[in-house]
Amino acid sequence: MFRNQYDTDVTTWSPQGRLFQVEYAMEAVKQGSAAIGLRSKSHVVLASVNKAQSELSSHQKKIFKVDDHIGVAIAGLTADGRVLSRYMRSECINYTYTYDSPLPVGRLVVQLADKAQVCTQRSWKRPYGVGLLVAGLDESGAHLYYNCPSGNYFEYQAFAIGSRSQAAKTYLERRFESFVSSSREDLLKDALFALRETLQGEKLKSSICTVSVVGVAEAFHILDNETVQSLIDAFEIVGEEVHPATEEGDASEPAADQGALAPADEGAAPMDI
Amino acid sequence: MNLVDSNQAQNNLMVSEAASERTLYPYVTGTSVIGIKYKDGILMAADMGGSYGSTLRYKSVERLKSIGKHSLLGASGEISDFQEILRNLDELILYDNMWDDGNSMGPKEVHNYLTRMMYNRRNKFNPLWNSLVLGGVKNGQKYLGTVNMIGVHFEDDHVATGFGNHLARPILRDEWHANLSFEDGVKLLEKCMRVLLYRDRSAINKLQIAKITEEGVTISQPYALKTFWNFAAFQNPTVGAEGSW
Repeated sequence: MFRNQYDTDVTTWSPQGRLFQVEYAMEAVKQGSAAIGLRSKSHVVLASVNKAQSELSSHQKKIFKVDDHIGVAIAGLTADGRVLSRYMRSECINYTYTYDSPLPVGRLVVQLADKAQVCTQRSWKRPYGVGLLVAGLDESGAHLYYNCPSGNYFEYQAFAIGSRSQAAKTYLERRFESFVSSSREDLLKDALFALRETLQGEKLKSSICTVSVVGVAEAFHILDNETVQSLIDAFEIVGEEVHPATEEGDASEPAADQGALAPADEGAAPMDI
Repeated sequence: MNLVDSNQAQNNLMVSEAASERTLYPYVTGTSVIGIKYKDGILMAADMGGSYGSTLRYKSVERLKSIGKHSLLGASGEISDFQEILRNLDELILYDNMWDDGNSMGPKEVHNYLTRMMYNRRNKFNPLWNSLVLGGVKNGQKYLGTVNMIGVHFEDDHVATGFGNHLARPILRDEWHANLSFEDGVKLLEKCMRVLLYRDRSAINKLQIAKITEEGVTISQPYALKTFWNFAAFQNPTVGAEGSW
């Protein structure tokens, strides 16, 4: 029934010095659909792949706004991700109430990691099965953190989590050195390119991804579908099976396509309402 | 019957005991604090008197204190409550430093924190009996604000507490300008403090002036102002004051 005798609860060590339950929780992150993040000096972009559980269902939301200066992208158990997002929202709002200023991103991430760590040290608890990419801006600049179920956290220039994220990581590793001085548009472009790497040939469309930005003089927000689609078209990020992108003169056509597609999209997402 | 009576008596005793744990009135108080913005930062002035009721009981109470790197706090009102506030802020700044992440509390954050603290205590009907002036400079941004015992708070270019509101602020409204040099700022504060010394019976002639700039806080040694009590109005104060004796 169990893989071995040392994985019945989170606090039991294996003789090799491992905590199996914590490792299983880390596996849950890899099962979730991909989420990626990257940052420049002034902006952070989060992007995720939306996968519906079934043909009949809508997909689940994977990117959450925490505050004007912080947002998260999640991979793993969405329910756990929502609980943690709610916690982060409440910490931010309480800090603003007390000090009339935004909570520094690094401090929120430490609090979040501490919360996750407690779950690895209590026999009656389970670790959160979710990885979070935390994007934020504070007085020390733009930040991107990764928080995992073990209670560890790391700061990154760029990172990817979730299924097939290795492909996106490879892409980001090849290019991350230029990100620091990237413009907002270049970051979005690289985000979409990295995201496409995780799709394995499936066509990148605005209906299967979510993109968000936070930056100097730009509060965290999720880009709407039309904007994302026009970015995809502008960057000519198309799958292998698709014919070459059309000329600039046809710029209105994708929009028209979008309009035609929209009702179908809405039909597939009844739970959005 | 007797039992009921004594129970009631005891209840009343309990109630009155609980009530007496609150600050019903201040004991040792300091009088006005004045703060102004000037070219390079903030200047603040307060005398060093501590009044026990209306008795001028203490003569070297420091009522201007630095809070962290970027803030300066001046207090009038109950001195022991001010000491409690300082203890709270010390802890706040300590915990802020312990993050060791390059972020630090600015004057705006401290002022808001003080506002929450004052308003919270008044909601428990146990106020901290003070009027506070908070000034500071962070990232080239000057900040000057005030908060009182019931949580009323605002920012301005010049602020004052207590009698200073009546005697000093009219002078500041006439003579303050954003480009004041340090010397002119000190002169203006001394002018205000001298008027307060003449007309506020709780004021004493031993004061400190503090400045805060991007470079940090400096609080002066105590000193006295030159006074001249032979003005005609002082010689015979009742002349022209109808209704006095």
